[in-house]
Amino acid sequence: MSSDEPTRVLSVEQVVKRFGDTTVLDHVDLHVDEHDVVVLIGASGSGKSTLLRCVNLLETVDDGVIRLDGEDITDPRVDADAVRRRIGVVFQAFNLFPHMTVLDNITLAPRIVHGTPKARAEEEAMTLLRRVGLADKATAYPDRLSGGQQQRAAIVRALAYRPRLLLLDEITSALDPELVGDVLTLVRELKTQGMTILMATHEMGFARQAADRVCFLDGGRLLEQGPPEQVLGDPEQPRTRQFLARVLAAGRL
Amino acid sequence: MTVPAEAFPRVPADPGPSELQRARESFRRGQARRSVAIASVSTVVFLAVAGTVIVTSPGWGRVRTSFLDGGVARSSFPAILEGLWLNLRVLAVCAVLIVLVGLGLAALRTLRGAVFFPLRALATIYVDAFRGIPLIILLYLVGFGFPGLRLQGLPTSPVILGSVALVLTYSAYVAEVFRAGIDSVHPSQRAAARSLGLTYGQTMRRVVLPQAVRRVLPPLLNDFVALQKDVGLISVLGAVDAVRAAQISVAQTYNFTPYLVAGLLFVALAVPTVRLADWVNGRATRRQQAAGAL
Repeated sequence: MSSDEPTRVLSVEQVVKRFGDTTVLDHVDLHVDEHDVVVLIGASGSGKSTLLRCVNLLETVDDGVIRLDGEDITDPRVDADAVRRRIGVVFQAFNLFPHMTVLDNITLAPRIVHGTPKARAEEEAMTLLRRVGLADKATAYPDRLSGGQQQRAAIVRALAYRPRLLLLDEITSALDPELVGDVLTLVRELKTQGMTILMATHEMGFARQAADRVCFLDGGRLLEQGPPEQVLGDPEQPRTRQFLARVLAAGRL
Repeated sequence: MTVPAEAFPRVPADPGPSELQRARESFRRGQARRSVAIASVSTVVFLAVAGTVIVTSPGWGRVRTSFLDGGVARSSFPAILEGLWLNLRVLAVCAVLIVLVGLGLAALRTLRGAVFFPLRALATIYVDAFRGIPLIILLYLVGFGFPGLRLQGLPTSPVILGSVALVLTYSAYVAEVFRAGIDSVHPSQRAAARSLGLTYGQTMRRVVLPQAVRRVLPPLLNDFVALQKDVGLISVLGAVDAVRAAQISVAQTYNFTPYLVAGLLFVALAVPTVRLADWVNGRATRRQQAAGAL
């Protein structure tokens, strides 16, 4: 690959996923280049979360290939744990571990999986927590934090082992509107720092500002993708237009 | 009531509760005093009546000589206490083994993947069998049956064999308690842990089990209370524990007081554990309610 061509971090090729008789992902093609933010939009049930779960190997694909840095991770011989070590995930419902402090939540993977010494792991975690304004919550348990704080802690947890790719699954959907801003600002900061991100979201305003590419999923098929001004501003597909009109009517744009 | 807003200055000089609140509190104190007085009088009256009825009833003399003989109680007490010490040692060892075996069984039963089918099936059969079989039958089978085999290396001590039977039965129960706890941890917790790159084992040990054990602590303590009494069953195999010591004493004196002594000792043993279980239960409930209010 020549130097001026971007490095491809993730490529999803003709991926199919079925749950029983329902086809949740129907030959999806998608790629994420280094330092890019790719945003998945679409109605609930369109396959956004399933696609993210397939990339993280929480679901096995029924056909097609997913490559991470060129390596086929859908090969059953691949060590799933090794793949997951290179991917950070943040969930809609935060999924922090309730029996651990914020600091323990964040240092768990560096210490247990990556063998970082405790002192160093905690030092790095504190640096990250200071950056997201949660340093004073390090020793608190997750149930003492607000939703926005929990989600920022969850993002720090996913960043703590410096993943190659960050998957964000509707990370603002469970938050009060006033807390959404904090979390999205953090994602924007990560983008400026060069993080490679694939995210599902309903925040069209954020997608328009921060995304390098927007992908519209409908009924498991990737109907349209391109720069945000095109997909969100002047979509080719009637389904995309219909979806955006509905979102606009709901006041989310 | 017309109280001006200035009557409630917020900070800093606190004038104490208002006249109205003081009146309420004094009324409540009066009520509390009255209920204590009523309760005391009624208790005294009840005890007096009940005591008189019992002591004046025709069979009381025989009851007292047969169950409440102070001399027999004193003479049998040292032997029973020594027997209880054996019960306590058996209890301690069994409790530890039961938790370990139960946890292992629960972990085996929750393993996924075709490779583990034999292990899973074996654990299921174990739990079904030992939860279903009456403890007394198991005690006879292990305690009298094993020594009858005359196999080399097999222990013949009734204490050890009785403990084995207890561990077999109780670990099956405890395994199910643990399994329920493991299943109660939401799958999203596993997903989060696996996403961080933790292996199945690491996820179990660091994320699932700590949450599961916390949730099942109250039912586990309940099983512990039951075990405290059931350790007395090893006496049927001939181990000289508190129950057996009492039995020997009864046979020597033709008086039932030693049984009562042993029974009271077991009660005294159980009360702290029951209180602890209540406290743990209450704390768990309070926590859940606190979480629900958030």
